[in-house]
Amino acid sequence: MNWIPQIAFILVLGTALAIFIYHVRLLRRTILLGREAPLPGTSAQRWRQMLEIAILQGRMKDRPAASIAHWVIYVGFLVINIEVVEILLDGLLGTHRILAPYIGILYNIMTTGVEIFLGLVFVAAVIFLWRRNILKLPRFHTAEMRGWPPLDANIILWTEIALVVALFFMNASDQVLQQRRVEPYIQAGTFPLSQWAVPLLSGLSDDALILIERFSWWAHIIGILAFLNYIPFSKHLHIFLSFPNTYYAPITPPAQQDSLPQVTSVVRETLGLPVSGQGDGTEAPSVLGAKDVTELTWKNLLDAYTCTECGRCTSVCPAHITGKKLSPRKIMMDTRDRLEEIKRTIHQKGKWEPDGKSLLGDYITPEELWACTTCGACVRACPVLINPVSIIQQLRQYLVMEASQAPETINVLFVNMENNGSPWALPSEKRLQWMENIIT
Amino acid sequence: MAGKLMNAWAAAGEKPDILYWVGCAVALDDRAQRIARAFTKLLDAAGVRWGVLGTDESCTGDPAKRAGNDFLFQLLAHQNIQTLNAYEVKEIVTTCPHCFNTLKNEYPQLGGTYIVWHHTQYLYKLVKEGKLRLPDTANGEAVVFHDPCYLGRGNGEYEAPRVLLRKAQLHLQEAPRSRDFSLCCGAGGGQMFKEPEPGRKDINIERTEELLALAPKRIAVGCPFCMTMLTDGVKHAGQQKEVRVQDVAEILAERLGLV
Ligand code: SF4
Ligand code: SF4
Repeated sequence: MNWIPQIAFILVLGTALAIFIYHVRLLRRTILLGREAPLPGTSAQRWRQMLEIAILQGRMKDRPAASIAHWVIYVGFLVINIEVVEILLDGLLGTHRILAPYIGILYNIMTTGVEIFLGLVFVAAVIFLWRRNILKLPRFHTAEMRGWPPLDANIILWTEIALVVALFFMNASDQVLQQRRVEPYIQAGTFPLSQWAVPLLSGLSDDALILIERFSWWAHIIGILAFLNYIPFSKHLHIFLSFPNTYYAPITPPAQQDSLPQVTSVVRETLGLPVSGQGDGTEAPSVLGAKDVTELTWKNLLDAYTCTECGRCTSVCPAHITGKKLSPRKIMMDTRDRLEEIKRTIHQKGKWEPDGKSLLGDYITPEELWACTTCGACVRACPVLINPVSIIQQLRQYLVMEASQAPETINVLFVNMENNGSPWALPSEKRLQWMENIIT
Repeated sequence: MAGKLMNAWAAAGEKPDILYWVGCAVALDDRAQRIARAFTKLLDAAGVRWGVLGTDESCTGDPAKRAGNDFLFQLLAHQNIQTLNAYEVKEIVTTCPHCFNTLKNEYPQLGGTYIVWHHTQYLYKLVKEGKLRLPDTANGEAVVFHDPCYLGRGNGEYEAPRVLLRKAQLHLQEAPRSRDFSLCCGAGGGQMFKEPEPGRKDINIERTEELLALAPKRIAVGCPFCMTMLTDGVKHAGQQKEVRVQDVAEILAERLGLV
């Protein structure tokens, strides 16, 4: 047996996995630069949430057309990966269609399933390309969707098409070789889709067919490994991160915003109330709110890496709909871009050193932040439970409590609340006005 | 009449069934005050013994919190909790979804834990218990309900206001964007207290146009801020004669002949 392909395969696989693992660890390290986040609720509730939203894609169905095409690609990905298991085994052991003799009829079921999904995934990917590039759905063409983001989306879809085409030709040439009983092409599998290409290939010589079959086989597996290493730099990360992201997403009511514990101690002290907890006054003073990504919570950062840039959030945002500069998708993309910058520094220098830049100011402007009504429509629309408002609120907190840069009218609001206990400069006696003739 | 100021209840050595937390906008805005009048008439009709804080009530702190000032929020919150706990308040109903969210979800962390109702939820409860009887004469006027963000999406309550309107024999319509995909009126997050950022359009206009397209007789709201925003929107469209913006409680009180 010729062992050169086997060695080549092991080298390619080993290198690809090593690079992938390096980048996953780098990603993890970057995300964990974020602050700690409270985690209310039980793990049972969280597993449930993940099952509903990530595994069963509970929110995709809000847009039925996209949902169907997405289901096809999602299930197709899982089914076609069964075939990839066999490709890996064959590559490592130098065999051909190793599973066939062992699993009997199941092998035919497997190849049939794979073939059906080759066709369906192809169609779904074409539909997605069409929606994005020809139909030009508005949510794919807002200001933040220029340059890399649409290219990224198209690279993903074309790669998926290339991968299924490679498998299609691999199976088609394999069938001709099976009919001709060429070694090692054993009789195995049923191929409802690629059988239609058999007549096209039957004029070719054995050698040409073997070349096509081997080329497709290698193209598929190298394509997959290359894609795997592309994912950490792409919005396609959601295929992995949706699961932890929906697991760690809050299960509290969406409108609930937790109080800052550092502030609680100060306020209680001011009011002469006992300060509870471990607060012995020795904790390092921490920034109120966030100026840069490192002051956001690690969940905010996981959100940013999970974002698929689908724009559902932005398409329902009242500020965006009425032409304000705010786009919740851009908030997520900016957070991620800033994180990527930090990640590159860690990659180059081995650790993170502040570079004088920050999320607030260099990426996100106060104008965007102040346009948010905190209506929560973006949070509801996100298919993977991302929360852009949480980031908006923390940046606002920084603007107000650290930088004292609230809009003038908001400062008036604060003064009124402080002096009159109400948003307006009205005497508290006015609170009795409506009760006339009602309360004695 | 079974409504008194909390200090009057205390002076009489009694406790009311529930504290009605009015909220700044309802207590202080001339138009919104009618919500409080209508709501308390409904409470009276149902025989509920209610209390109000009067001048002891202050802002929950919500606008400060959403605008990024957690200090001011927590300062007001702690003071309110001291007041509420001093009166040994257990149960609160409020006519403002922002107060509702803050009292219900954000006060417990700071030492104030109460059973908190939005007034539509509480009225629905009174109807279910048979304490509040709604008219059975048909009215059939077209009404569209505008979901307040902090009641609907923020806290998952979509049914109570709708059931009440249906039970009051009105013809309930649904806006294209409704329930969890409802469009904000534009007031939340401190927007009520500042000029909008530059853009093509004001949010309240966008929302009001959508609601007016259904040609309703009334736009029902469950929030004093939504009331202000949509009333302005209706005026902007020049339809203030044809379309009334009213709180659910006002509509019910009117149907019962209480106002
Ligand atoms: S919460 Fe803010 S960012 Fe999200 S949809 Fe509403 S206005 Fe837009
Ligand atoms: S935050 Fe969610 S809804 Fe918005 S673009 Fe990202 S994935 Fe889509």
